[in-house]
Amino acid sequence: MTARSTPLAIADVEAALAGLAVEAPPTLAPATLVAVGLADAYAPLDSPLGPVFVAWNGRGISAVDAAGDRSEFEARHRRSVGRPVRAVAEVEPQLARAIARRLAGDRRVAIDLDLRGRSEFERAVWSKTLEIPRGEVRPYGWIAAEIGRPRAVRAVGTALAHNPVPLVVPCHRVVRSDGMIGQYSLGGPGNKRTILAAEGLDPAELEELARAGIRYIGSDTTRIYCLPSCHNARRITDRHRVPFRSAAASEAAGFRACMECRPGSAYAAA
Amino acid sequence: MDSRLLADLAADLDAAFERLVLAHQDRLYTIALRLLGDPRDAEEVAQDALVRAYRALATYDADRILELRLRPWLATIAINLCRNRGRRRTPILASLEVLNGADPTAERRPLAAAAIEPSPGPLETALRRESAAHWAGLVLRLPERYRVPIVLRHVDGLSYDEMAQALGRPEGTLKAQVHRGLSLLRSEHERASNADHLPAIEPAQEMTA
Repeated sequence: MTARSTPLAIADVEAALAGLAVEAPPTLAPATLVAVGLADAYAPLDSPLGPVFVAWNGRGISAVDAAGDRSEFEARHRRSVGRPVRAVAEVEPQLARAIARRLAGDRRVAIDLDLRGRSEFERAVWSKTLEIPRGEVRPYGWIAAEIGRPRAVRAVGTALAHNPVPLVVPCHRVVRSDGMIGQYSLGGPGNKRTILAAEGLDPAELEELARAGIRYIGSDTTRIYCLPSCHNARRITDRHRVPFRSAAASEAAGFRACMECRPGSAYAAA
Repeated sequence: MDSRLLADLAADLDAAFERLVLAHQDRLYTIALRLLGDPRDAEEVAQDALVRAYRALATYDADRILELRLRPWLATIAINLCRNRGRRRTPILASLEVLNGADPTAERRPLAAAAIEPSPGPLETALRRESAAHWAGLVLRLPERYRVPIVLRHVDGLSYDEMAQALGRPEGTLKAQVHRGLSLLRSEHERASNADHLPAIEPAQEMTA
């Protein structure tokens, strides 16, 4: 720009300015649609059950799925939420950290969930399930009673089978009302036992108690009875453990219900 | 074009919103890029503006949506975001790269419709010689009161009527600001073209008003 150039007319400045219009980067539109929740992004994430796919948008996590490959996951996700889904390199670090903390048992970490299109009953079941501490289990009937629908035990089972965000909503911590571990939506019952074991629970021991007909454990020092996996029950030393077959038997023996695991909810409909 | 889109947005926001994005993303990105200078900031502002537009539309009833003028309305959202961003930041010096014409956004293709259609004669050569990056650098160093109207009028192509709505200033004021901005750009261009050396580095004007 050393040579003296021809003086420009204002119209030429205007023409140069018109040439400053550019195209938006190709990432803008897809990222915007994900941000407003009209499309989902997804990426693989390591979990205690191996790699799973996690889908999310600006409203929250919309799916956790153990699908074998991307095309299988994409087809299933599109069918279930009716939105376009786009693979990205990795789960947003902030989201991945929140999921990891939740799996580690930190229930204070907030994870937004995108549960549009799901029924109020399903949301109630999943919210209640979020309250179950890591390493503990509750029967289906407990969820039903706690959400004020004590007779809807089967419907609770169905809602948990349809949980779109397993692991994040810990449906693996809900077991059959007879105390057996039962079915699991994320790859079958084997996975359910694996993840419960990873949380410090012994599924075999739990089923042993269930087969013996024992539903509650009391402490003869505190005179409080609990569900067997409640952290309060697991603190009771062997010589103070009092097994019970029913809430009525516990109450009759002069024990009162634990305020934390609320064992009275477990078989409210029975 | 926008009236059909508005009708569809009013009828079913979720079904029509992608069309709004596709119709307006280039101009929102362009406005933000020419006001801020940084492509990453511009992409963030453009996305944020579209997300805010979606959230606002979700709360509007059909009548309110039908009365919108999308072009100035979206421009206002983007400009306000640029201003907020300008306030948050420490001033950036105009880089030598920008002054030398090596704008990091230079490889971005100009919009076909908006590309300069050079007129014949010596001016053609002059225009061709000056890269978009050179002009983008000059625009960035305009004071904000000229830069915003210049970008809206001559880069985005809004009418003065639309600009008056977008900026809440009378048309007469805007015409004067655009006129003054064009003169400043021309004289700065002449100064840069005639200089044997690089012009002194001046701080880029921050968005503050």
